[in-house]
Amino acid sequence: MATQHSRSAARIMMAPAVFLLLVWMLVPLCMTLWFSLLDYRPMRGTFDCCEGFANYVRFATSSAFQDAILTTLIMVGGILLITVIGGIFLALLLDQPIWGQGVVRILVIAPFFVMPTVAALVWKNMFMNPVNGLLAHLWEFFGAAPVSWLTEAPLFSIIVIVAWMWLPFATLILLTAIQSLDSEQLEAAEMDGAGPLSRFGYIILPHMARAITVVILIQTIFLLSIFAEIFVTTGGGFGTRTLTYLVYQRVIESQNVGLGSAGGILAVILANFIAIFLMRIVGKNLDK
Amino acid sequence: MARAMPTQRRVAYTALAWIIALLIFFPILWTILTSFKTEAVAIADPPVFLNFEWTLENYRIVQERSDYMRYLWNSIAIALGSTALGLIIAVPAAWSMAFVPGKRTKDILLWMLSTKMLPAVGVLYPIRLILIELGLLDTKFALIFILTLINLPIIVWMLYTYFREIPGEILEAARMDGAGLRAEILYVLTPMAIPGIASTVLLNIILAWNEAFWTLTLTTVNAAPLTAFIASYSSPEGLFYAKLSAASTMAIAPILIMGWFSQKQLVRGLTFGAVK
Amino acid sequence: MGRITLDKVRKAFGEVEVIPPLDLTIEDGEFVVFVGPSGCGKSTLLRLIAGLEDVSGGQIRIDGQDATGVPPARRGLAMVFQSYALYPHMSVRKNIAFPLRMAGLDAAEQTRRVEGAAEVLNLTDYLDRRPGQLSGGQRQRVAIGRAIVREPSAFLFDEPLSNLDAALRVGMRLEISELHERLKTTMIYVTHDQVEAMTMADKIVVLRAGNIEQVGSPLDLYHTPRNVFVAGFIGSPKMNLLTGPEADKRGAVTVGIRPEHIAVSADAGTWTGRVGVSEHLGSDTFFHVHLEGRSEPLTVRAGGEVSLHHGDTIHLTPDEDRMHRFDAEGLRIA
Repeated sequence: MATQHSRSAARIMMAPAVFLLLVWMLVPLCMTLWFSLLDYRPMRGTFDCCEGFANYVRFATSSAFQDAILTTLIMVGGILLITVIGGIFLALLLDQPIWGQGVVRILVIAPFFVMPTVAALVWKNMFMNPVNGLLAHLWEFFGAAPVSWLTEAPLFSIIVIVAWMWLPFATLILLTAIQSLDSEQLEAAEMDGAGPLSRFGYIILPHMARAITVVILIQTIFLLSIFAEIFVTTGGGFGTRTLTYLVYQRVIESQNVGLGSAGGILAVILANFIAIFLMRIVGKNLDK
Repeated sequence: MARAMPTQRRVAYTALAWIIALLIFFPILWTILTSFKTEAVAIADPPVFLNFEWTLENYRIVQERSDYMRYLWNSIAIALGSTALGLIIAVPAAWSMAFVPGKRTKDILLWMLSTKMLPAVGVLYPIRLILIELGLLDTKFALIFILTLINLPIIVWMLYTYFREIPGEILEAARMDGAGLRAEILYVLTPMAIPGIASTVLLNIILAWNEAFWTLTLTTVNAAPLTAFIASYSSPEGLFYAKLSAASTMAIAPILIMGWFSQKQLVRGLTFGAVK
Repeated sequence: MGRITLDKVRKAFGEVEVIPPLDLTIEDGEFVVFVGPSGCGKSTLLRLIAGLEDVSGGQIRIDGQDATGVPPARRGLAMVFQSYALYPHMSVRKNIAFPLRMAGLDAAEQTRRVEGAAEVLNLTDYLDRRPGQLSGGQRQRVAIGRAIVREPSAFLFDEPLSNLDAALRVGMRLEISELHERLKTTMIYVTHDQVEAMTMADKIVVLRAGNIEQVGSPLDLYHTPRNVFVAGFIGSPKMNLLTGPEADKRGAVTVGIRPEHIAVSADAGTWTGRVGVSEHLGSDTFFHVHLEGRSEPLTVRAGGEVSLHHGDTIHLTPDEDRMHRFDAEGLRIA
């Protein structure tokens, strides 16, 4: 509660942030929406009005789009699977009274702070290179033929690189969630005769459920727009072209702005589906 | 749990945790080690782990060519600039929402978050077009502004959650004690919020430093930060492992250190208060 | 100087009117306590006077000057909050000096006043500590110190003792009363505890649902409650309230009799009942006596030595002159 005076001051102080974000969101989005209805190819000087939904139809029916959707799904799904399961496991492990917990935590967190281009390049050259990469040496050591990771299993390779960067994020958040569990609850369950497995299944996992949902939603939003990792490893080749990358190629590389914009709008719609779920969880939390 | 764990089990857990932690950290460690090797040692077969002659040669070479310093300076300017600008815009907004909440405060907060979820690629072309028209493509100013905008929701949100923990009665006490709005924010709110503001700043610098969509698509030469510099090692320079490692180490070292300091706040900042 | 006048002051949050138009005058130097059950609007009323909330209508005058639109900082009032609201990042010294710093006093004068206040409040040894290192009672004193240094025209207290434990509360109650004796400054004190109201106030304002039920000295309220609500609220243990035949007999809808105004006898009396629970306080004993045909037991005070057992039959005689009579609206019949 407050007075009229502070309320009007509040409105003025909020205005710049609201105004800037409103402009930032609306102006480019409206432009994209407008371009998506045009035959707009700046390299050829084409700027013809009103293709209607032709760009959308063309974009959505192209095999490139269908491939990109599939690639996106596999990539995001694969990374989520690795990071969430790995994260739960690591969080449980780090919650134990191990020696040097602080240092272990720091080591596990580190990859999250690595610049995406650095992570991608280090993995690409120093680990996944079929001649001098560390993995090639490892394979040779065990008598196997070195694998050319980024050409033979490009999608899998990118999943590994990105999962390496995001595993710390999932671990950190799930660890925070575990640590907020009231230990009396676990002791009560133990008194009630629950073994370690049932304690995990009936107490710990339900307690973490919301954190897991949040991890999945937030990661999905960030993972849908993975760019740098693809840009410096495969450049979108070898079946690693996600929706984001496809739109980028259409708009910037082949300069078909109308078509690319239609794809951009589709990407926005897709992201909004997930955002709505996340908003609902965050919103509920605000009321408390 | 308060009870002591049997030592045997504790040893096992500790060993397992350390093995996994070192595996996860290994790529970073390897990069740092390689940066001190000569190119020949870097690609030696079998790989050399520790017993090599340490050299700073790579750092010197990377500094000398390719204008490393310019990229570094661009990274610093963009990260600090966007953080400062974001803070100036976000502190008053977060103050308003935390201490003078209205009926629509919650909606505004959620809406701000939703702008963060807009896929960048959906607005890439218009932004490029606008920047070209304004003559701002490949300038630090444009990147500072854009990174401010994309991180603004996170800054507002983090500050909001920190401010909300400050009891409103203390601000009312300041008002009763004769403090005006400016004095209230300057002498009472800000000092109490310093830890929160500090972690917000840290997280924002990290996010801005590592941002690799807009920095790659909106810069060519002049404003390109380290993300773009490293990307230029894509090939064939990337095969000079020692130099790639030296450049990488320099690009990630400051952020790694900052990140370690801000790991607790990271959770709050990136989950928008949904996980505590 | 600190004469505060509320003239048809009204407060509504949206559609909900928490305080209907209300008139009240607080004289200079008075110790006024706002008391009432939780949600009665007493804190809101205090915040309106402080300026922390806008009035929805009416006028607030401080020493004859219209203060309705004046921001809290410039009303010349000081407030002690329930949570003490100390600035955690400042030392005790800086906390107390803060209002002086805001007022732009020079450093020497600040030091002089802070040290003066610290001496009065026994805080001299703690001046360089942070609030986090102090006990509840000490924090309370710092909050009071911060209020007194600026020499306000009136002090506002918002349930200041409710976070303290029982023993400390009695001590602080005395300290605040003593402070008032010494400073002779107007004090407005909000509490839900009628014992605090009775022991500290010059004038009590009993509030219910935003309405003033009665204004008067503690003993006025105790002896001549204006209505059933005040009769039941003021006094501990509560006044016994009876309806039905006993009230009819005395020409009222409700009659009330305080526990100490009922005589106990083993042989004869107006009413006969059985002893239920008894509470021995040492100096007094309170018996809960069950009368025939009444579900609520009657509370009766007897001397500390009187010994009656659960189930004993006793006879009670109320002092008819001390009987309070109320009409159908709950108002006192003179």
